[in-house]
Amino acid sequence: MALEPNSRYAFSPLHRMQWEEAQQRYVILYPEGLVELNTPAAEILKLCDGSRDLDAITEELERKFETTGLKDDISEMLQAALDNGWIRTISVG
Amino acid sequence: MAGSEQYPSGNPRWLLAELTYSCPLQCPYCANPIDYARHSEELDTETWKRVFSEAREMGAVQLGLSGGEPLARKDLSELVRHAHGLGYYSNLITSGYGMDEARIVELKETGLDHIQVSIQAPEKTLNNYLAGTNSYEHKKEVARLVKKHGYPMVLCVVIHRQNIALMRDILEMAIELEADYLELANTQYYGWAHLNRDQLLPTREQFEEAEAIANVYKEKLKGKMKIYYVVPDFYEDRPKACMNGWGTTFLTIAPDGLALPCHEARMLPGLNCPNVREMSVRDIWLHSAAFNKFRSFDWMQEPCRSCPEKVKDYGGCRCQAYLLTGDMKATDPACSLSPHRQRILEAVENAYSAASQAQSRPLVFRNPRNSRALIEH
Repeated sequence: MALEPNSRYAFSPLHRMQWEEAQQRYVILYPEGLVELNTPAAEILKLCDGSRDLDAITEELERKFETTGLKDDISEMLQAALDNGWIRTISVG
Repeated sequence: MAGSEQYPSGNPRWLLAELTYSCPLQCPYCANPIDYARHSEELDTETWKRVFSEAREMGAVQLGLSGGEPLARKDLSELVRHAHGLGYYSNLITSGYGMDEARIVELKETGLDHIQVSIQAPEKTLNNYLAGTNSYEHKKEVARLVKKHGYPMVLCVVIHRQNIALMRDILEMAIELEADYLELANTQYYGWAHLNRDQLLPTREQFEEAEAIANVYKEKLKGKMKIYYVVPDFYEDRPKACMNGWGTTFLTIAPDGLALPCHEARMLPGLNCPNVREMSVRDIWLHSAAFNKFRSFDWMQEPCRSCPEKVKDYGGCRCQAYLLTGDMKATDPACSLSPHRQRILEAVENAYSAASQAQSRPLVFRNPRNSRALIEH
């Protein structure tokens, strides 16, 4: 299933993402559950604040890490995050 | 040879705080120890706060507030506020009994993240019978209020022979209450459930039918409701990796301050679990004999010792091994390779024969009177 090109992404109100000092990584917390995130996943999810679509997230991360060609990986990660309920889609127009 | 096989090491991620053994309900499958009436001296507020702080410092991030009924603690909001300040994700595991809207709002304001409400059955008579309390309508109302105030709503139903035939109704009830998560927890046979096992253990046919129904709904509700289905290990070939490995992930603190690698471990003879009144969480986790006891593969007997799967299941559950064989170092009989596998087959057979009798033995309900009687016994 492909992502809708015009969708923006927001973090789920039923989950929480936070930095864990003891583990030196970001985690997602939800009822009786815990997912440990690697750095790229955390960077992508931090940008899911309801204001950005796939292109905006890609552009921002490519600029931040001074690289190109991230779109496919980001798209894959967003799809996985949607499937797991960590983020939701906000459809536009 | 065991050379390359490392037992996993790690700091606690989960702190399960059993705040009290008090409970207005009397569920006959309660996981609390049957002699709980003798451990009535509860930790005070300041000690709980210290425990939360010490465990958080070590890396614990999920906090379960359970019991008994945690709502029975007058300082619950104060404890939640402290946990929130430390950065815990706090889960209230409650029967819902005695909860009202004001308290739901207050707990939200103090930083509670999630409320799990348990319902015994999807209809009034059976629910109230199993709970030993008139609570069905009230519990459903609490579930609605939890949802209304923006918590993720987790409904928990413990499954056993008295309600397993109602699996479809249970799932429909969860839909009606708009649960975000549904935990279908097949009874684990410890504590009071062990005592009542002949009356609670479903037959294989009942279990398989219920599981098939749950799987259909799981598929149908994908993306709307997450269904956790806890499998009963009496009908499995391999044991569960109990507690994700002894002393790797979970820390339970009982109401009287006893620190346990698993919430059932109090029963293991000679384990001598430490108490948070006398030791820091760090010392308990790193240095106590009890937490180190099964943190390796060296204690194992055959067939576990030479089994390649020991790195997956750690020989199963120590408490179940003890309950069924009298030896806490034995292979968990939930494993088909266990020399004591017969004990599982007998349990299943006894449950079948109890199920086919017109008049079965009455359930022993979990209450202080029965607990005291069992202590004297």
